Amino acid sequence: MFQTHYRLERKSLRLVLAIIVVASIGGLIEIAPLFTIDETVETDPQMRVYAPLELAGRNIYIREGCYACHSQMIRTLQDEVERYGPYSLAVESKYDHPMLWGSKRTGPDLARIGDKYSDQWHVMHLANPRGVVPQSIMPRYPWLTTTQLSVEHLGDDLRAMRTVGVPYTDAMIANASADAVAQASPDGDTAGLLKRYGEATQVRAFDGQQQTVTEMDALVAYLQILGKLSDAAKAPQNAKASGR
Amino acid sequence: MVSALTASERTGALAILFALLGAGVVMAASTATRSDPMGFHGYLVMLYALGVMVALLRGYFDAEPPSSRLEHYYDDPTKAGIILAMGWAVVGMFVGDWVAWLLAYPDLTFNSAWASFGRLRPVHTTGVIFGFGGNALIATSFHVMQRTSRARLPDQLSPWFVLLGYNLFCLIAVSGYLLGITQSKEYAEPEWYADVWLVVVWVTYLVLYLRTLARRKEPHIYVANWYYLAFILVVAILHIVNNLAVPASFAGAKSYSLFSGVQDAMTQWWYGHNAVAFFLTAGFLGMLYYFLPKRAERPIYSYRMSIVGFWGITFFYMWAGSHHLHYTALPQWVQTLGMTFSLMLLIPSWIAAANALLTLNGAWDRVRSDATLRFMMMAAVFYGLSTFEGSFMAIRSVNSLSHYTDWTIGHVHAGALGWVALITFGSIYALVPWLWKRDAMHSPALVEWHFWLAMAGTLIYVFSMWNSGIIQGLMWRTYNDGGTLSYSFLDTVEAMHPYYIARAIGGLLFLIGAVIACWNIWKTIVTPSPGAVSVADGQPLPSLLPAE
Repeated sequence: MFQTHYRLERKSLRLVLAIIVVASIGGLIEIAPLFTIDETVETDPQMRVYAPLELAGRNIYIREGCYACHSQMIRTLQDEVERYGPYSLAVESKYDHPMLWGSKRTGPDLARIGDKYSDQWHVMHLANPRGVVPQSIMPRYPWLTTTQLSVEHLGDDLRAMRTVGVPYTDAMIANASADAVAQASPDGDTAGLLKRYGEATQVRAFDGQQQTVTEMDALVAYLQILGKLSDAAKAPQNAKASGR
Repeated sequence: MVSALTASERTGALAILFALLGAGVVMAASTATRSDPMGFHGYLVMLYALGVMVALLRGYFDAEPPSSRLEHYYDDPTKAGIILAMGWAVVGMFVGDWVAWLLAYPDLTFNSAWASFGRLRPVHTTGVIFGFGGNALIATSFHVMQRTSRARLPDQLSPWFVLLGYNLFCLIAVSGYLLGITQSKEYAEPEWYADVWLVVVWVTYLVLYLRTLARRKEPHIYVANWYYLAFILVVAILHIVNNLAVPASFAGAKSYSLFSGVQDAMTQWWYGHNAVAFFLTAGFLGMLYYFLPKRAERPIYSYRMSIVGFWGITFFYMWAGSHHLHYTALPQWVQTLGMTFSLMLLIPSWIAAANALLTLNGAWDRVRSDATLRFMMMAAVFYGLSTFEGSFMAIRSVNSLSHYTDWTIGHVHAGALGWVALITFGSIYALVPWLWKRDAMHSPALVEWHFWLAMAGTLIYVFSMWNSGIIQGLMWRTYNDGGTLSYSFLDTVEAMHPYYIARAIGGLLFLIGAVIACWNIWKTIVTPSPGAVSVADGQPLPSLLPAE
């Protein structure tokens, strides 16, 4: 064995090839089957896609680095299920490009934060966390309420998402900007939005201001949908942590 | 430094810089009709190209270098790389300590978007990993590959392209985070255009390495080069696969990852853990395998341990990423494989650490008297400790407690401060006097001070994070007699406060050490040794000497 190596280390290209082969095996065996084994991701025909305003909010969540302190992955442990709700299923992040499971909980898990607090709570909390929760160490984001959301190019975002596998329709892509505005304008025409994304789509002035669509609208719309794209996790067999 | 380039190399450099300038113009122009932060990067690229161009043109018409240059190793890029590494170290560690204080006092910042924790944190991670670590790896690899091959770099342009191109990537990355440009992939945050640029730089780096090896006068490729090669090759594979994405528009920064959900999670942690393996371990083991035996003036303890350690690390590490996803929606068979291989990984890791420490047999008196060698020795010790801790934390039941807590942060810093930074400082303290032809560092006493500041900072950091992580993990899972959870999440946040202060103090000590190192290195560079021979001549290529 050491004699073989004594010869190998005299040939730089052979060494290069050996390194590539040896280093590739683990990744190939662990990653490739995740795309082919059907049980990896549960099926949920009712799975919703993100409405354009929610996707814009998700991009703000990414931009501000929220994932550095908040996970979106409830593990199959009893205390986590009791604290945060049913453990997360793979299907729930099926349309998450990229996933935001996170790796650190400086703040609590957000996988099921949707509908847990009111819009107003989120708006106040994001603008000044310590105004609502005195012990909080979260940064303030007061400018979200005053920054207009850029909706002009959301169609590009939906098209790119479709390219990577999310089932957005042509109509969704064509109306992305209008749908984003409609979702935050309850007094406007929301028929098209509800037709495309379903009657359950939450239409509200999320930031409390009727006239404008701000980044706060988008971020709160996203937070309020977290954990609600799919009902798969609420099935009875998942209500309690299993021993897996 | 331009005068060392041949006329054709200067022309080539100018052409590359014009191409880069053009790319910057295109980036800035394409965002003219839509306000997109990528436009800023267009101007940054233009400015960078123009800045380098000015430096180039100032020496552009100098006389050609004499052919006697080929009798010496080409060390200018190494020197520049060391200075850049130290600059990034101070920036990255400063931001790191700032965000550490923010966790204790969250309003200790400016009231604007760029200064919030979520945007500053990747500036810290990229600044220290890629800015400090990456520059140190590139600089030392240029030095080591020439000496161990007894061959000069094949040309004088491509090393500069690699070094300056890489630093442009780091600048785009770090400024992007402040503007809100990020993919959110941990340790791979830069967006698609920065990723494409890094591929160009990295392929040039690989080709440069292989060309140098092809010119070697030494039949065997030394073990340090195996590690540097693995670092370059595998980082290329990881970087390309993990960053596969579709841009929303070529006129904007935003892109959407090709993979989603569980497959994306596995890919990201396959990348994330092996960035630790091949960037922060393999590359720095290359450093260790050259500079430790040189400084100790002892040969590597065991050739066979080198071989087993190297191939074990190369093979086992690539399986271990899934231990970041225990108890998640990742299928259990992958979690189990990840845990199993993480445990087996301890064997080659400890073989590599033991090989380094046993090399010091016969030179332990120097460890006591020479702080530079002591840096390297402690690096090997921390390497052994943190790989043990890593394997331990990969066990599912341990991970159920440690995951999502500061224990992970403590573990990472045991490796990053104790291993990566210490071996780098040790190597740089050894290298600077050699390269600048000085007898020793300007102030050995300050090297000693730096060593103890770094040691105290690391220990305070790691111990405070062990405490906070284990306390928080236990509080999360504590039940009272009634069978309900005892602590709210906020209770656990409050309990972290004293440890966050302690951690920030530890980080501050480490940062002060790095600042002292910068000053000491600078004084060494600008102060000629008394009675030194003419520096410009340098030493001839010792083509007849045995391999170092």
